[in-house]
Amino acid sequence: MTNIALADRPLNFDVHALRRQFPVLARMVRGKPLAFLDNGASAQRPNAVIDAVDDYERHHHANIHRGVHTLSQEATALYETARDRLVEFINARSRHEIIFVRGTTEAINLVAQSYARPLLKPGDEILITHLEHHANIVPWQMVCEQTGANLVVAPIDSHGEVHEEAVVAGMSPRTRLFACAHVSNALGTVLPIRRLIAAAKARGITTLIDGAQAVPHMPVDMRELDCDFYAFSGHKMFGPTGVGVLYGREQLLERMPPWQGGGEMILAVTFAKTTYNSLPNKFEAGTPNISGGVGFGAAVDFLSRMDRDAAQRHEAALLEHATAALSRIPELRIVGTAGEKASLVSFTVAGVHPHDLGTILDEDGIAIRTGHHCAMPVMDFFKLPATARASFAFYNTFEEIDRLAAGVERARKLFA
Amino acid sequence: MPPASSARASYSLKYTMELNDLYRDVILDHNRRPRNFGGLDPADASVEGFNPMCGDRLTVRLKLDDGKISDIRFEGQGCAISTASASLMTEAVKGCTRDEALRLFERVHQLLTDDAAPPGEELGKLAALSGVKEYPARVKCASLCWHTLASALRSTGPQTLPAVSTE
Repeated sequence: MTNIALADRPLNFDVHALRRQFPVLARMVRGKPLAFLDNGASAQRPNAVIDAVDDYERHHHANIHRGVHTLSQEATALYETARDRLVEFINARSRHEIIFVRGTTEAINLVAQSYARPLLKPGDEILITHLEHHANIVPWQMVCEQTGANLVVAPIDSHGEVHEEAVVAGMSPRTRLFACAHVSNALGTVLPIRRLIAAAKARGITTLIDGAQAVPHMPVDMRELDCDFYAFSGHKMFGPTGVGVLYGREQLLERMPPWQGGGEMILAVTFAKTTYNSLPNKFEAGTPNISGGVGFGAAVDFLSRMDRDAAQRHEAALLEHATAALSRIPELRIVGTAGEKASLVSFTVAGVHPHDLGTILDEDGIAIRTGHHCAMPVMDFFKLPATARASFAFYNTFEEIDRLAAGVERARKLFA
Repeated sequence: MPPASSARASYSLKYTMELNDLYRDVILDHNRRPRNFGGLDPADASVEGFNPMCGDRLTVRLKLDDGKISDIRFEGQGCAISTASASLMTEAVKGCTRDEALRLFERVHQLLTDDAAPPGEELGKLAALSGVKEYPARVKCASLCWHTLASALRSTGPQTLPAVSTE
């Protein structure tokens, strides 16, 4: 993704037309045009998503799956249509494999508690990598504590890359599950997940991929990846917060017990016995985030309609431009220099703490993330308390990156 | 409504002033050359403060003689606001009694959080922190060292107390 020559920049990609579909991008922050470079934390919403949610709230809201009245049927249809769109979007085999959850974090917790916990015996192992987000560490630590299993961590190298050999070296006959990010949120590294999944599969190890940072940037295909579980969030892919997906292979989901009990997940309840509902409802106890699901469906529609190849080339060009522009700044160090990266740059500037940098850039209307990015082990690995992170989406521009570089230079001079 | 361009100009001016108000020369100076930075051994109290939101971490150590802070030093890592605040604090409380130092803490806390609290003369150089209240996300940066000091003062023995957290 990284080595795109300038000549290859998509000429047909009209970033300004695209930006007009995202109303917030037109606003001013502290008197300057907003440059939103914190998409890795949460991306902005296009009119298509805002309007879909608005239309749902104004005209169609009722509880789903319960009523025979018109609104309930409309709401059910809208919500379930979103599920159908997601089946297509990630090329799952059926709607039974798309479980709606609050987000990536809940998806991973669901697998930890419903899949791993009943399976794990003392001495069994769960394998993760050193660059995981806390959401792909803590649920496994919790289930290890509950079962006596051990958490094993495959190392990264000084570029922030995960090597297949290092992961394979971490696999043992006791490894029950391998969980890793598709794209690192703190470093941008794209992991070689096809090979990692294949290596795990060859050893009979179940796989979970945290796709939160990948799905907004690249097409993902469940049948091609062939993982067992894949988790992602709506709000990082231009949809609402509070809704996400756990994709699971149907045969595995069938065998798993429900995670939470309540309404929706049952077929029949007596005080003697409850018969669970079928997939996907078995895992969707209680009234879900219906409007969020509707907006999520609209976001998927939006992404499906756009030229994603062109968007991906634009993002790669943004990354190349940002890497070059930031590298010219003295005392600036880019943290995470993997060969294949998503459109994201994590960096530090000697003498300028990331939080001061974040405040100074905000003065210029530039939003970046500063801190440990919920990946403290990554920060410890690079012996840093925090970094600054600019993460791009297809609606960002070269000019915004130039403003970022100028702002960083200004901050460096202020603290020199 | 004024035309957009003039509104933009006046906002820009306002916020530039606020940023200069946050990073005043005193703050920049104390960040570059923190005073009373380093270890203190032996110390009568030693407490570590931690802000899990941003990873700032600092240790405050002090000596008491006749109920007064006879020496105080800090070390750790943090942003400019956090480092300068700790540096200014050590200068301000040296020679204070425990109660005087705790009263100053209350006063600084007010300065950081209360719009209606203009810096008074008793604050001296600490008044340089008054720009922080315009940046709510940064208040904890400035107050971490003070919470840590308060905890150190409330302890008396030489033992190391559990770390203080801003959360």
